[in-house]
Amino acid sequence: MLSYINKIREISERILKEGLVDMVIGFHQGTVPMMNEPCIIKHAGDVNRLVWDSNCGINLANYLTNRKEKIGVIAKGCDARNIIVHITENKIKRDQLYIIGVPCKGMIDRHKISLQFEKEITKVVENDGDIIVKGAGAEKTFARLNVMQQNCVVCIHRNPVVYDELAAEPVEEQKDVDRYEDVRRIEAMAVAEKWNFFDNLLRLCMRCYACRNVCPLCFCPTCFVDDASPQWIGKSQDPVDVRTFHFLRAFHCAGRCTDCGACERACPVGINMRLITKKLEKDCLEKFGWTPGLSVEQRRPLDTYRPDDPDDFIK
Amino acid sequence: MRAVKIDKKDWAPGLDKLFANYRLFGPVKGDQFHNFKALNKGELPDFNFLNTPLSPKSIIYPQSELMFKYTLDEKQKDHHIMQEIDKDYASRAVIGIRPCDAASFLLVRKNFDTPEYKDPYWLRPYEATTFVGLACSDPCSTCFCTTAGGGPFHEDGLDVLLVDAGDHFLARAVTSKGEEFLKAAGWAAEDDGRQIADLKKTAESKISSKAATGKLKSKMTTELYEGPFWEEIAFACINCGICTYVCPTCWCFDIQDETYRHTGVRMRNWDSCMYPLFTLHASGHNPRGTKLQRVRQRFMHKLKYYVDRYDIGIQCVGCGRCIRSCPVNIDIRKVCALMNDYEPAD
Repeated sequence: MLSYINKIREISERILKEGLVDMVIGFHQGTVPMMNEPCIIKHAGDVNRLVWDSNCGINLANYLTNRKEKIGVIAKGCDARNIIVHITENKIKRDQLYIIGVPCKGMIDRHKISLQFEKEITKVVENDGDIIVKGAGAEKTFARLNVMQQNCVVCIHRNPVVYDELAAEPVEEQKDVDRYEDVRRIEAMAVAEKWNFFDNLLRLCMRCYACRNVCPLCFCPTCFVDDASPQWIGKSQDPVDVRTFHFLRAFHCAGRCTDCGACERACPVGINMRLITKKLEKDCLEKFGWTPGLSVEQRRPLDTYRPDDPDDFIK
Repeated sequence: MRAVKIDKKDWAPGLDKLFANYRLFGPVKGDQFHNFKALNKGELPDFNFLNTPLSPKSIIYPQSELMFKYTLDEKQKDHHIMQEIDKDYASRAVIGIRPCDAASFLLVRKNFDTPEYKDPYWLRPYEATTFVGLACSDPCSTCFCTTAGGGPFHEDGLDVLLVDAGDHFLARAVTSKGEEFLKAAGWAAEDDGRQIADLKKTAESKISSKAATGKLKSKMTTELYEGPFWEEIAFACINCGICTYVCPTCWCFDIQDETYRHTGVRMRNWDSCMYPLFTLHASGHNPRGTKLQRVRQRFMHKLKYYVDRYDIGIQCVGCGRCIRSCPVNIDIRKVCALMNDYEPAD
């Protein structure tokens, strides 16, 4: 994946020079390990600022919302699917975009690595199979698969489904992936056990809203938690309000979420709120045969009606 | 430099005695990270941490704090009258707070303690607290306290400076509150404290990270406000509130009444200038309606308005938490340099 960058820069330079786009949205080198910063490149001479490695987990579709310019955007598999969701929800037009598709082998999980390294991490080097972590005189090598973002471990759409140009040959898609093992484990719990599980899951949430704001689906002009009149939800750390925020947000993402993992990645206290969105993803798949972000032609199940939609919940 | 030597075998027994006079708070390891918490008797603060991801400001200034309660039941004679909620303002001590975080309370005090207004909810717990700081022998790579007016052994804001010297601690009482604290613990072995100076030098030399602040005061506010760099700084920002929540010097709050049937409470909760609702007017107009305006406000407040208003430097202690917590790598050191070095074209 490290070798993609030359091609990414070459395409970016070309489309900027030819005036096909006004800007390219990508990543530049971050100031701390395992963090690259989303950035905007407006001049062909600046394309060398662009980087590509396994620290590009932020979903760039989030930076396209309601933009009016012609934009080159670097898109891994999940970004491309969210671009499709954006197009179907009128947040951007297909002909505004030049999509530089990036076949993806998964992004590394900064929380997972930090938890397994005792010292402060000052440097992380990656090669194709390994991630080498350094800090305070210590060094540890991790197999890439063991420190990948969990959503990448179970990803079955690594190659962009929509693009104008690919930065590399498509990668092999992962086969026989059990996407819902974690959801089934929660479904099998007794009610009280479930309650404790979610209580514990959200215990550290400070309601900073990083999960919501980093999510390309959360583009409402005013989120229900920010509405002041009427005010739907309390503002304190009351667990009822914290849960209401997470559960309702997840429902708003039903049939739209591509499990890009940006929410979990962004969370400063390491909450895996994907467990909630994934339950709804599983329901959409099982009940409606629906996978979001694969085609601009189809609308999601929650805003369409089909005579054969399941209705066994009506008693 | 006089100090008290505390043999590590005397540490736990000393803390044990302190419980008689103080509620103790200290860093405790959770599933994922250290956080400041009230200690139970017998529980020791765990000093095996660089700094906590969340600042200890919540010990004085909780994220949600109840202020009043009321009843709307007209059968009660005190209906519709706010009643103050009882709080425990008995002596407390925070053990193991880093010097940067202790210093942050002095910056925040400028807001909560003025000749005109004194915020009782902040001042009462602040005055009840003894700050026992743990000098930083191993600062993080993102710490820039030495260019933010502090240092890893800085004493401003502390009552006691505690230095880990291997098999013993060296403690220096900075204030009379600090002397009382050491006395209450029964730690009294005198030491010349010379080792502190050496350890301090070594620690300071480990801080390589810097923020350029020297020219901020002389810059024109309007020129910085209109600087061309804000678009690039703000681009990646997702406008979450984590930088303001982890920041030891962010003090903004919002007051809410929550009523259920006939009773309710008035509370205050941390607010964040990153949120659109923060400045939304009742008319519907929002003077900071865009992301760029909100990002600019946060940095202008910390690095320019505060500097001009109080003349005691930037509203930042260089703890580096916002850098480490930001989901998209917005780095205050970079912003500071852009502002400090900005020369508008003629």
